[in-house]
Amino acid sequence: MAHAYTPGLRVASMTVLRKDRRLPIKGEVVVKKGDKVSADTIVARTHLPGNVQLVNVASKLGLPPEDLPSVMLKGEGDAIEKGKPIAETKGFFGLFKSAVNAPCDGSLENISTVTGQVILREPPTPIEINAYVDGKVVEVFEGEGVAVEMQGSFIQGIFGVGGERTGEIHVAVSGPDEKLSANLIDESMKGKVVVGGSHIDWEGLQKAMSIGLSGVVVGGFDDPDLKKLLGKDLGVAITGSEDVETTLILTEGFGVIGMAGGTFELLKSREGKKASINGATQIRAGVIRPEIVVPMPDAELPTGDVVSSTAGLDTGSTIRVIREPHFGRLGEVTGLPNELQKMESETMVRVLSVKFADGTEATLPRANVEMIEG
Amino acid sequence: MGNDTIKAIVATDCGSTTTKAILIKLVDGEYRLIVRGEAPTTVEAPFEDVTRGVLNAVREVEELSDHTILDGEAFIHPNDGDRGVDLYLSTSSAGGGLQMMVAGVVKSMTAESAERAALGAGAIVMDVLASNDGRLPHEQIERIRHLRPDMILLSGGIDGGTITHVVELGQVIAAADPKPRLGMGYNLPVIYAGNKDATDEVSGLLEGKTSLYKVENLRPVLERENLGPAREKIHDLFMEHVMAQAPGYNKLMGWTDAPIMPTPGAVGSIIETIAKRQDIEVVGVDIGGATTDVFSVFQDTFNRTVSANLGMSYSVSNVLAESGIDNVMRWVPFKLPELDVRNRIKNKMIRPTTVPQTLEDLKIEQAIAREALRLAFVQHKEFAVGLKGVQQERTISEAFTQSASGATLVNMRNLDLLVGSGGVLSHAPRRQQAAMMLIDAFVPECVTRLAVDSIFMMPQLGVLATVHEKAGTEVFEKDCLIHLGTHVAPTGTAQEGKPCLKVEMSLPDGKQVADDIPYGEMVVYPLGVGESVKAKLTPARGFDLGEGPAKMCECTLTGGVVGIMIDTRGRPFTLPTDEHERVTKLNKWAGAFDAYPE
Repeated sequence: MAHAYTPGLRVASMTVLRKDRRLPIKGEVVVKKGDKVSADTIVARTHLPGNVQLVNVASKLGLPPEDLPSVMLKGEGDAIEKGKPIAETKGFFGLFKSAVNAPCDGSLENISTVTGQVILREPPTPIEINAYVDGKVVEVFEGEGVAVEMQGSFIQGIFGVGGERTGEIHVAVSGPDEKLSANLIDESMKGKVVVGGSHIDWEGLQKAMSIGLSGVVVGGFDDPDLKKLLGKDLGVAITGSEDVETTLILTEGFGVIGMAGGTFELLKSREGKKASINGATQIRAGVIRPEIVVPMPDAELPTGDVVSSTAGLDTGSTIRVIREPHFGRLGEVTGLPNELQKMESETMVRVLSVKFADGTEATLPRANVEMIEG
Repeated sequence: MGNDTIKAIVATDCGSTTTKAILIKLVDGEYRLIVRGEAPTTVEAPFEDVTRGVLNAVREVEELSDHTILDGEAFIHPNDGDRGVDLYLSTSSAGGGLQMMVAGVVKSMTAESAERAALGAGAIVMDVLASNDGRLPHEQIERIRHLRPDMILLSGGIDGGTITHVVELGQVIAAADPKPRLGMGYNLPVIYAGNKDATDEVSGLLEGKTSLYKVENLRPVLERENLGPAREKIHDLFMEHVMAQAPGYNKLMGWTDAPIMPTPGAVGSIIETIAKRQDIEVVGVDIGGATTDVFSVFQDTFNRTVSANLGMSYSVSNVLAESGIDNVMRWVPFKLPELDVRNRIKNKMIRPTTVPQTLEDLKIEQAIAREALRLAFVQHKEFAVGLKGVQQERTISEAFTQSASGATLVNMRNLDLLVGSGGVLSHAPRRQQAAMMLIDAFVPECVTRLAVDSIFMMPQLGVLATVHEKAGTEVFEKDCLIHLGTHVAPTGTAQEGKPCLKVEMSLPDGKQVADDIPYGEMVVYPLGVGESVKAKLTPARGFDLGEGPAKMCECTLTGGVVGIMIDTRGRPFTLPTDEHERVTKLNKWAGAFDAYPE
C-alpha cells in the first residue's frame, strides 16, 4: 500500500551538511580543495558589470546617426573619464565646435549608427562570497565557487526575514512555550543568535535590533508586526535580502506557537556554540527555508543513516499538526484509513488518526500534519 | 491520433501546490473518467524532483482504481485489461511556470500584442517594456537584470516601418546582458518578432550574448496580429530550456507521449473549444495556488490573462495585500479579530498544502477566493480589449454603440457561460459555495449559465484534446463540467424591498412559479442537470434583463446541481456597510443557497 508523503522541516542533531557557495556570474575562486575555512573566509570573488548609461550623441550634436563615427573621439572598448569629451564636431573652420562629455568614468561599449546612441559602462562593482559555515572546501567549481562541507546540527525554520549572519547561540527563555519579551533581551546579547520560545512581539524585536543581536529564533511572530518590520504587507513569501539589523527565524509560524520541543532542546544543547543562520525563504519553485547551522567538527557522527529516509507516513510515525485545530501539537499516528472522510467543513479528505502526548485522540486531514524527521 | 486502440489514458497536471493524476478508460465505446488521485508537488527539498509527486499521485490512482499503471517507476505500456496505459500526458505550472518579459515599441500596440502572444503561450509576463513606457533606459536595464526572466520576446515596428525604436530596445536588452533564472550554463533565449527590416541590426546586438531566435513579425500591420509563430516558438523554447532546467522535468519529458503543455495553455484550449462548438461567449477561470488565470471568448476573440500573484496558497498573502483586509472581511459572516485573520492567511502561505478543517476556516478561505477572483477579473477586463491604433470603418449605427478601438471586449450582459476551475472552486464541499463565489466575484448580469470543473481536470483534458480530441471532449462533456444552473440578475438598483423581478415558469415537477421578487434577494429554484424550463422574466421599472428597460424576457433556463439562481441584489452590486446588516444578509443569501451546514 502506498503511503501519503507529507514533507516536513528538517531538524538534525548531527549530520554532514554541504553548502554550495556560488558567484552570481563567473569570477575567481580564491581557496582550494581541502582548505579549512571559517564562516567569513572569502572563497570567491568577481566583478558585477557597472551600470549602463545610454547617451544619444547624434541627437545632442544635431547629426544624423550614420555620421556618428566621424565625430567620435573614443572608440568601442576605450576608457572614458567623467567630464572629458567623447565626441566633438569639427565646427566651422575650427570654430563653433560642439562636444559631448562623458557623464561618468568607465568605458565606451557600443556606438550605433542606427539609433545614434552610445552605450557607456560605469566601472565594475566588486563582489565577494564567503564560506558561510566553518568547514572544509570539498569541491571547487571552476570560476563559480566552492562546496563547503561541515558536520554539526542543522535546523530548518518555516519562515524568516534577513540574510546570512553568524553568532553564538544564547537561549533567553526557560522553555519552548515562554515568550521572548523585551525585558529578557539585554546588551550582553549583542552579536548573538538568541533563542526565544513561542513568540516575540514588535517591542522585543525592536529592542533586539537596536542592541544589535545577530539573530532571533522563535516559534511565532504576528503578521501586523511583520508589516512594520518590512514597511509593507508581504505579498509572496520570498525573503532574504531585507535591510534589517537582526535576522528573524520562525520555527512554527504566525501567532503565539510554542517552539517544537525537539528543536528547542537541540538549540539549548548547542548554547555557546557558533551558529551560521540565514533567514532567506522562498515558498515556491526551488523552495528555500530559513536555517540555523551549528558546526561541531570534533563531535562524533552517529553511525547509520542520519538523514531521514524518504518513506511516507506510517502508523507509529511522529507528526506535528500544522493547521488549526491542534496547531503545533505533537502526536503519534495510530491509523491511516484509506477512505476519504468528511471534516467539519464538509471537505472530503484522506485522514489519519493521531494520539497526542496527553492521551487525547483526533482525526485530522493528512495534509494538515508534517512528519518529524530525525 | 483518434482511433479506439487507445483504451486507457493517464494524464497529470503538476501544479505549484499539488500534482493531480486522472485515469480515463474506454467504457462501452465511450471515454470516461474512472478516478483521480493527487499528492503534494515535490519541487521542494529533499526531493527537488517533480516526478516524485507524479508517481505519488499515480500510485493513489492505482489504489483507488485497482488498475496497475506503474512497474516500479516506469509506466506500463500498452494497456491490457486492468494493467498498463496506452497514453501518458502531462501539463505543468510547477516551478512557477514560464516567466517572460516582453518588449515592444509602443505600449498600447506592439508591446500589448507581444504580451498577448506570451500569455497565449501560457506564460507569466513579468514586465512589459516599451519605448514609451515612461522609464529611462538605465531603469529598463536595471529591471531586466533584476527580474531574471526565463526568456524575452522582442517585437516592434510594422514591417517596412522605421527600425530605430526596435533597435533601441535591442540595445537596452544587450546592455542589460540578461541572465536566466534557472541554470547558469546557458544563454537566455530571446525571440525577435518585430519589423523584419531590423533583423540584421538586432542580430548584431544580441547574437552571442543571448540565444536569439527570429520569427515572423507578430504585428506586421497595425490592423492585424500574427501571434501564432511567436506563440509556438515560446512554447518550443519553454520545453527545451525552462522545463529541461527545472528539477525532474527532463525525466518527466521522457515519460510523456506528447510534449508537456503549460497548464494555462491547456485550459485555454479547452475554453476555446467550448466557445467554438457551442457558438457562445465564455469566461473561464482557473484559480490555483500561485496564480489565477482568466480566459474569455468575446466577439470570437480569445484572451487570457495571468494574475501571477493572486492565488490561494503561495500567493494568498498577496491577495490580502492587494485587496485589503476590509475587502476580504466583508465576505465573512462572523466577527474575527484582524490579527487572527492575518496570521491564518500567513500560515496558509507558508504551509500551502494544508486544507480547511473547520467551517470557520472554510468561510475565510472562500472570502479570500472571492477577492482573488474579483481582482483577477478586473485585470482581465483591462487587458481583453480590441486592437488599438486601428482605423475603424464604421456604419452609422456602430458609431453609436460601444467598441471604440481599445475598449474592453468583456460584456457581462452578453456572457453565456461562466466556468470555474481550481481547487477552491472544484473542491468546495458544496457546489452551492462554488456558485456563490463565482457570482460574488464576477457579478454576472442578465442570464448566464454557471459551471465548474468537477474535480479540476481541465488542464489534463486540454492537453488530451490536442492529441486525442474524441477522448478529451467526451470526458469533458460527460464527466468534467458540473453544470450549476442558470443565474439571472437584472441590472439596475433600487431601495431594499422595492419590486425588482417577476418570475413565471412551470417547473418539471408541475409546480407553477409566479413570484414577485423584491430588490436585495437571492432565490434558488430547484431544476436538475439536463432539465430546462421556459420562463417569463419581467423586470420592474428601472431594471433591465437584456431586452431593454422593464422589458420582459422569454427564455429557456437550463438547470444544474444548484438550479435557477435569481439574484436581485442589484447591478452594480454593493454590500451593506453596516456590519450587522451585512452579516445578516450574507447569512440570508447563504441560507437561500443552502450553502453551509448550520
